[in-house]
Amino acid sequence: MPDFLRYPLQVLNYSLFMLLVWYFSAAPPYAQLQPDQAVITVAFAHAGERIEECRKLSQKELASLPPNMRAPMDCPRERSPVTVHLLLDGKLLLEEVARAPGLYSDLGVDIYRTAKVPAGKHTLSVEMNDNVRVEGPTFSHEEEIDLKPTQLLVVDFNSDTGKFVIK
Amino acid sequence: MSKRVNPIKRSYLLLEDWFNVSFGPDWNPLYHLGTLAFFFFWVVLVSGIYLFIFFNTSISGAYTSVEYLTHDQWYAGGIMRSLHRYASDAAVVTILLHMFREFSLDRYRGFRWWSWLTGVPTLWFVITLGITGYWLVWDELGLYVAVLSSQLMDSLPVMSGSMARDFLAGQLTDRLFTLMGFLHLLGQPILLMFALWIHVKRLSHVEVSAPRGLAVGSFIALLVLSLLAPATSHGPADLSRVPAVLNLDWFYLNVYPLLDKWTAGEVWILTTSVTLLLMLMPWLPPKKTGAAAEVHLDNCNGCGQCAEDCPFDAISIQARTDGARWDHEVVVNPNQCAACGICVGSCHSSNPFRHAQKTLETGIDMPQFPIDEVRTRTETALAALTGDTRIILFGCDNAIDIEQFQSQDVAVLSLFCTGMIPPTLVEYAQRKGADGVFITGCRTGDCYYRLGNAWLDQRFEGKRKPALRQRAKRDRITIYRAAETDTARLRRKLAEFQRDIAARKQADVDAGSTTDKAQEVSDA
Repeated sequence: MPDFLRYPLQVLNYSLFMLLVWYFSAAPPYAQLQPDQAVITVAFAHAGERIEECRKLSQKELASLPPNMRAPMDCPRERSPVTVHLLLDGKLLLEEVARAPGLYSDLGVDIYRTAKVPAGKHTLSVEMNDNVRVEGPTFSHEEEIDLKPTQLLVVDFNSDTGKFVIK
Repeated sequence: MSKRVNPIKRSYLLLEDWFNVSFGPDWNPLYHLGTLAFFFFWVVLVSGIYLFIFFNTSISGAYTSVEYLTHDQWYAGGIMRSLHRYASDAAVVTILLHMFREFSLDRYRGFRWWSWLTGVPTLWFVITLGITGYWLVWDELGLYVAVLSSQLMDSLPVMSGSMARDFLAGQLTDRLFTLMGFLHLLGQPILLMFALWIHVKRLSHVEVSAPRGLAVGSFIALLVLSLLAPATSHGPADLSRVPAVLNLDWFYLNVYPLLDKWTAGEVWILTTSVTLLLMLMPWLPPKKTGAAAEVHLDNCNGCGQCAEDCPFDAISIQARTDGARWDHEVVVNPNQCAACGICVGSCHSSNPFRHAQKTLETGIDMPQFPIDEVRTRTETALAALTGDTRIILFGCDNAIDIEQFQSQDVAVLSLFCTGMIPPTLVEYAQRKGADGVFITGCRTGDCYYRLGNAWLDQRFEGKRKPALRQRAKRDRITIYRAAETDTARLRRKLAEFQRDIAARKQADVDAGSTTDKAQEVSDA
């Protein structure tokens, strides 16, 4: 094929290639959220209570142990799973049951869950149980919220104070 | 009757044909997808170094430094940023096309398993490099990428703590950002280079530079695109907001929207399964490679030409072990041998004029189609011709099926690769009565065994040993390469060649009768 025909064809091919590159580098747009929606994220770290309470060893039990292992308290390592319920206007929005990680299930859990909700005024309730020896929530919180469109609302828990923080 | 070509391969060959028309075989981008990906990578590297000079690797400074480059310094930094993005995207396109090509032409199984197996994770290295790049811009898209990547990482059982929580308001520090900067600017590029080195480990004469014309054309195209549609950012990352709409780069971020519907664990299962499936493809089902080449030390002087010519680095040179007077011998690694026979064409001992009255033995041979059988079948095929013009057509098993061209004038002999043809075989065929020698094989620039075409051409041009000798009638040898979809073209070329040979024969006869008449006159 003569060059005067070849070069325009090359330009056409390069153009088609670059059109493909350009288009998919930023399109089609992805709508991860409707314009009238907001996001609630529950995110915190917390260690559940021990499955069994610590027990003081008797003198007899201590005597039966090697001298270097005579700790006065026997604390089983396994911790309770942490269960979280998030309710919006009384309806269950999120439920998370986080089992304690670690070889002996003795570590704290990290919770990170998100939910898309309609913007506007709502009643947000959050309940948590971190102790298998207790029926029902061990911590709970309820708050009136006013969500702006595309707002990210974070539900945190402060283990030191034992309180939920909504921000 | 020609072999049926599967529709995927046929479509791909037609696409290659289209590019051959506009670019020619030397610049056909589909023949240089690997080197094109390398070229785009160099563009990314150079533009990235420039951007890094001005980039501020802190949460507070990253976005403003990118905005400065994009808008205040649009004539340099802006163009560099656009080149950086578009070259990265173009690299993904070429890599995907590269994979599709190898798949559609069935060049991923058998002896090619290593390149395919190592190529799949290499694609992931490229993707993750792009992901950290988007993270660094620290706009709304960067935050989206950071949060979702962290969720993916957090779901892995090896991770302790929650990285995703760091991105909630007030919990982010520069430390993680600096780590990302280090990963994107140094760690990942080094890993990628290492992965590429592994990827081509079983090849010799590896080309990493795209042909100059193609590189220049691609760069101009990137530059024009960068000027017409400069890459821009989203709004600055706002940890208290979730952007409703994002302009995702679908080449790199296509997995992320899945996290809207699926859990991170499910996304991992999908991506890992697809990756494993792709990696296992060379064995689904496996493709049998022919028996490996065998070295016959009695006929090998250890010159090493076969080792130099082997496209798959399967032949090495070692000290002589049989006490012969030569210093070296060659040894074949059967695990890497593609059974292409190119080494047979390289060997000086493959000369069919040797051992005329007994079995032809050469220094390195293919056990399933030894050079002696090649010689015998050449002779037999020529002897069976009954037409006026005697043509021998050499072809290869991986291109057009040449059996369909057999006739009373045309004898055919298909080899593993035309690189298997010792130049002396052509001369031998002429000596045994061939009026013309026609060689076909994989399309120019697209040899199934990578280098067979190139080595054959160089041997015929006298640029590579063993070279075609001067005594061969070069005007009666032609090479025209054709794929399975080029039947009509090859038939036309063969007919033209037959007419040309017939004319030359007639000219020879006429010259002979003129000489005879002159002799008669002289005698009288």
